[in-house]
Amino acid sequence: MRWFAALLAAMLLAAPATAQNSIAPTPAAPDYAEVSLADPVKEKQALALMDNIRCVVCQGQPVSGSNADLAGDMRRIIRERIGAGETPEQVRAWLVSKYGAWVSFKPPLEPRTAPLWLVPLLALAIGLWLLMRRLKWDRLKGAKS
Amino acid sequence: MIAEAGLAALWFAAALALAQLVLGAMATSDARAALRASIAPVAVVQALFVAISFFCLIAVFARSDMSVLLVAANSHSAKPMIYKISGTWGNHEGSMLMWVAILGVAGATIALFERKLRADTKVATLAAQGAIALGFYAFLLIASNPFARITGVIEGQGLNPLLQDPGLAFHPPTLYAGYVGMSAAFSFAVGALVTRNVGPEFARAMRPWILGAWIFLTIGITAGSYWAYYTLGWGGWWFWDPVENASLMPWLAATALIHSVTVLATRDGLRAWTIMLAVLAFSMSMVGTFLVRSGVLTSVHSFAVDPQRGLFILELLAVYIGGALTLFALRVGTVSEGTRFDPFSREAALVANNLLLTVILIVVLAGTLYPLALEGFTGAKISVGAPYFNSVAGPLALVLMLIMAMGPMLRWRSDRPGLLLRRVAPAVVVGAIALALLIALAGPIGILPLFGLTVAALVAVASVAPLWKRNLTRTPLFTYGMVIAHLGCAVSIAGMASEGAFTKENLVAVKVGETQPIGPFAVTFAGLRELPGPNYAALEGVLLVAKGTGKPFIMAPQLRQFRDPPMLTNHAAIRTFWNGQLYLTIGEKEIDGRWLLRMWWKPFVTLIWLGGAMIALGGALALLGRVRRDLFAGRRVGAPA
Repeated sequence: MRWFAALLAAMLLAAPATAQNSIAPTPAAPDYAEVSLADPVKEKQALALMDNIRCVVCQGQPVSGSNADLAGDMRRIIRERIGAGETPEQVRAWLVSKYGAWVSFKPPLEPRTAPLWLVPLLALAIGLWLLMRRLKWDRLKGAKS
Repeated sequence: MIAEAGLAALWFAAALALAQLVLGAMATSDARAALRASIAPVAVVQALFVAISFFCLIAVFARSDMSVLLVAANSHSAKPMIYKISGTWGNHEGSMLMWVAILGVAGATIALFERKLRADTKVATLAAQGAIALGFYAFLLIASNPFARITGVIEGQGLNPLLQDPGLAFHPPTLYAGYVGMSAAFSFAVGALVTRNVGPEFARAMRPWILGAWIFLTIGITAGSYWAYYTLGWGGWWFWDPVENASLMPWLAATALIHSVTVLATRDGLRAWTIMLAVLAFSMSMVGTFLVRSGVLTSVHSFAVDPQRGLFILELLAVYIGGALTLFALRVGTVSEGTRFDPFSREAALVANNLLLTVILIVVLAGTLYPLALEGFTGAKISVGAPYFNSVAGPLALVLMLIMAMGPMLRWRSDRPGLLLRRVAPAVVVGAIALALLIALAGPIGILPLFGLTVAALVAVASVAPLWKRNLTRTPLFTYGMVIAHLGCAVSIAGMASEGAFTKENLVAVKVGETQPIGPFAVTFAGLRELPGPNYAALEGVLLVAKGTGKPFIMAPQLRQFRDPPMLTNHAAIRTFWNGQLYLTIGEKEIDGRWLLRMWWKPFVTLIWLGGAMIALGGALALLGRVRRDLFAGRRVGAPA
């Protein structure tokens, strides 16, 4: 039952996203979700970005590692936009504006995310201070003077 | 009948855990030393009953007894036998039962084999083990009964096809043995605090147990990474998924612990810190269990979603961690810290190792829990993933590697900076040459892979240095263990950096007969064929792969349509060469006569897991060396003069 529900939820979530973007593959156009971009530099940028964008229906995985249809759509959007000349950060900003900050694995630099960097820094500082106290520097000081 | 027998055995085991706690607590006092002989039998019989209970659950899964709710919800009669059995722990209740079964066996093992620990400390340790077990028995019996019955079900719902893999048979049991094995460290720490017995002798008694648990954790994480790599079909080997982080955090704490316990055993330093780490390591195991089992996360790993159970585990967590920390705070005054260290000494390097491992642990913990906390308090949803962890923990890990390179070259007590410099010089030269070559030849590969490969080269040379000019036949086994484990770190980091820097990817849409390049290979799409599987239907792409003018070979990635539950999975074709892996998958659908091929050439990616295996092997050699030396020493002391 759980699996049916998950499947159903995935389909319901995926369907409007596809419709809104109107990016259903037309027979003439190549399927950008799966085919590498011709320009290797742009392809590399696109791949790097895909590693950092969350597949919003699978939750644990980036869009670069998911079989979900929506992940395929998001890969297609990323390739299309980067192929059209946008920078990865512009594409990321566009995805964030559409899906929310949750879609980006790179946490935004804001006051509310500051603890992510401050907590480890504080731990390192306290640890170093404790370490310095545990060491005896007498011998080295004695040697110098 | 089997289910009821299993449930009864679980109740008996819980009652015995209570007896173990009460008897142990009473016998800790020297006044009631006569009670001590009763603890070991209680611990052994408890393990026996919980093992019986676990085997009963395996039996109902193997027999596909659909009158048991858990089997009906998670199994299917058409599943191959190995997945019926491994499916026992592919769900919430079953995996929790496996958790307490391992806990019971760990307690019995301590009761039977621990000889070096002072009698009162051992009794207190077993009482603590009983206390942990009791809480988790209560959790199973009150909130997660695996043997509950259901009527009127003819066929089961089936198991998630991603879990229908030999990986499920081995990965969770090893990981759990590591997670739960850390309970030994926790109980030893509690026992030592209660009986005021923190010192080198205690450290030497505790060391084999934490080494054993650490080996299992290392194997579990390595195997899990490879499982994700081949089963998800996208070539990723680590996602910084919270569930992966949940297994990494106890490993980081345990790695710090096996180093600090050496300082305690050798130099009688870091007493309070070692106790703290022992509490921390198992706390991280329980936090991991909470994250995975409570449904607080939603990911492929969280197959249980029930907030009530989450609350129960959270309460257990608060009781155990809170209790241990309170005990620590009460007794820490009586644990003196021992001597101070010289800045140029092996113990100073080990303290620096502990500092960095702890900070990395805090980074992983912050990155895993902060998004949950933020969402809980403000409702704002953010994601913390690879960009954060790589950029914050990556540099710390590389500094840690450099300290690891130097540490074993330093002498205990005090050393001279000039001598250290002379000893590390060859490794530094090799590292510098590697860096120069990479900059000159490899092109832009990114800062982290660049320094990763440099540090790997440096560490590889430095890690074998402790064997330099030594009589190799008289070098103790645990020194070999350390050398191999440190070398394994270099190997693994080389694999990670190489995968990050040199992976080639080519995604193409091909018609039958077309050829496409990937790395040094040319792949020709020869066609498709249908194959029946035991409980799925497979569509197999036949790919002819040739390297240069060499003889072509066939690789056959599959699409598997499972029936119960209905789900399409992508089964990669992977071929291993000495210098990397070729990884091919086929897309889900045909688009105007073309099939999608995803092709990756991943140079030296296998080193990631080879390194992990070496780290575990190093741990096993160290364990063997320690245990053998203890037995040998014991025999010599005990022998008549």
